[in-house]
Amino acid sequence: MTKTSIDTISPDYRTILEIVGPASSVLDLGCGTGELLSLLVQEKNVKAQGIEIDDKAIFECVAKGLSVFHDDIETGLPEYGDKSFNYVILNQSLQQVKRPDKVLQEAFRVGSRVIVGIPNFAYISARFQIFFKGKVPVTPSLPFEWHNTPNLHFLSLLDFIDYCEKQKIVIEDSYFMNGQGKVRLFPNLFAQTGIFVLSGYMQ
Amino acid sequence: MRNNMVDKDKSIGIVETQYHTFAAPPSEMELDSGNRLGPITLAYETYGQLNNEKTNAILILHALTGDAHAAGFHRGDKAPGWWDNMIGPGKAFDTEKYFVICSNVIGGCRGSTGPASINPGTDKPYGLEFPLITIKDMVNAQVRLIDHLGINKLLCVAGGSMGGMQVLQWVASYPERVFSAIPIATTIVHSPQQIAFNEVGRQAIMADPNWDNGNYYGRRLPVKGLSVARMVGHITYMSDASMNAKFGRRVKNERQPFKFGAEFEVEGYLQYRGDNFIKRFDPNSYLYITKAIDNFDLSNGQGFNHVLKGVQTRFLIIAFKSDWLYPAYQSQEIARACKQAGVDAIYCELNSTYGHDAFLIEVDEQAHLVTHFLQRVFEGV
Repeated sequence: MTKTSIDTISPDYRTILEIVGPASSVLDLGCGTGELLSLLVQEKNVKAQGIEIDDKAIFECVAKGLSVFHDDIETGLPEYGDKSFNYVILNQSLQQVKRPDKVLQEAFRVGSRVIVGIPNFAYISARFQIFFKGKVPVTPSLPFEWHNTPNLHFLSLLDFIDYCEKQKIVIEDSYFMNGQGKVRLFPNLFAQTGIFVLSGYMQ
Repeated sequence: MRNNMVDKDKSIGIVETQYHTFAAPPSEMELDSGNRLGPITLAYETYGQLNNEKTNAILILHALTGDAHAAGFHRGDKAPGWWDNMIGPGKAFDTEKYFVICSNVIGGCRGSTGPASINPGTDKPYGLEFPLITIKDMVNAQVRLIDHLGINKLLCVAGGSMGGMQVLQWVASYPERVFSAIPIATTIVHSPQQIAFNEVGRQAIMADPNWDNGNYYGRRLPVKGLSVARMVGHITYMSDASMNAKFGRRVKNERQPFKFGAEFEVEGYLQYRGDNFIKRFDPNSYLYITKAIDNFDLSNGQGFNHVLKGVQTRFLIIAFKSDWLYPAYQSQEIARACKQAGVDAIYCELNSTYGHDAFLIEVDEQAHLVTHFLQRVFEGV
């Protein structure tokens, strides 16, 4: 396994690394090329499993020594037993699925905790681009053009917090960051990304 | 000899088939059916060196008409073994790192005990006196070979199609003896469609008047029956796209004296493949082995996930999108069972257009997956 230097990793990965407990079991939904998962294996010695739909990405996961299923995260979870993972991670993938509500429901069923990372559509530069340029925003956390974006849903950090409130989803912790690091002031304006630790539905 | 001088860097070179004989009466091997069979000879080949700890042994298992000659060249042969593109120095099953064994199956006709072997009770070929065998019997015989080679636990069992069934059976029967498993383009249970194609093959053989209830040894052989069986088989191993690419609607050049002679290239190809099959395959073996495949069902009434419960073997499951004989959904079922049982697994569906044959032909991506998977398993041993 090629080692990634801990100093060069992105703020959102660093945050997830801090959240996940050592030697826990992790299911990464939409794990891509497996960077985050292999960091978690390397730094936290987790038992890692990924699900990814892109075959080229899977080849890279396997080259990193990861266990990954070539599958759709909207249909690939029913076989897992209840609470079979300590953490289910949906980093930058929830906004790419057709039915985020269904995926979240399943994630809560199979995981004790769900970590969701979302790009903030209300980031200040995005607001500027819409308001002054009249164009769909392209930001570091939303790097795609309208015609090639894999994102199906566009939401702000506030949208997600509101959604959790309405769905009675418990947000245990939240972290907001931009390219430099954590954002503490007006995150919905200044953060590019939000990471939420969710512990399930309110009883 | 000259041929493999050219390929010296990539090929394992000259190899020879070896034979292990066991279960001599009165210690015959008990079969799944309750019948006893012995003595049993298994043909096998080995490539590379077994390490001192005996932890680098990989068992390769072949498909319906395959044999123990998986890699390298037999003296005087121009063509290498059937998986030479996967096995050899620096290849996916790297013979510089691993000790690779390929075992033939009982019921076969490529050096192992089967219906063409001499029945010690009658001193004549068994023919239909040969007992029905199962995939489990094949594996039970292979265990005796692995014991004979002094290997307690295999680093990996790997194979495609019927080889994949043996892989799954190995894990089901001897999970403590396999660190990892690579079932490719295979299934937990043979489907009605798959049984149907095999039945057409068997009926073709049995409809040949020369078949004579299997008593054709030393006489005229049921060449045409076996040929038709092989033709059907070949069609199912290819895909619409691969047949289009290989033959199109091209016609053969020479004029046919007979109205229904082979006019299209695809007809000529199938007939050639079919007619030549008798040179290396026994029609009765075709009956016995296809029956073993059709009877294969590891779901055990409960599902394969129950079989896998508590199993520590790691899986790499590979399917091909264009394979309509062993469609990807069957491999997904293996993957699902692994998920349910909490067994560590990788599942990948590859894009080849070659149909079921892809695992033999288009091996680059498959080799990439196998290389890295084995590396990780070997590191953990």
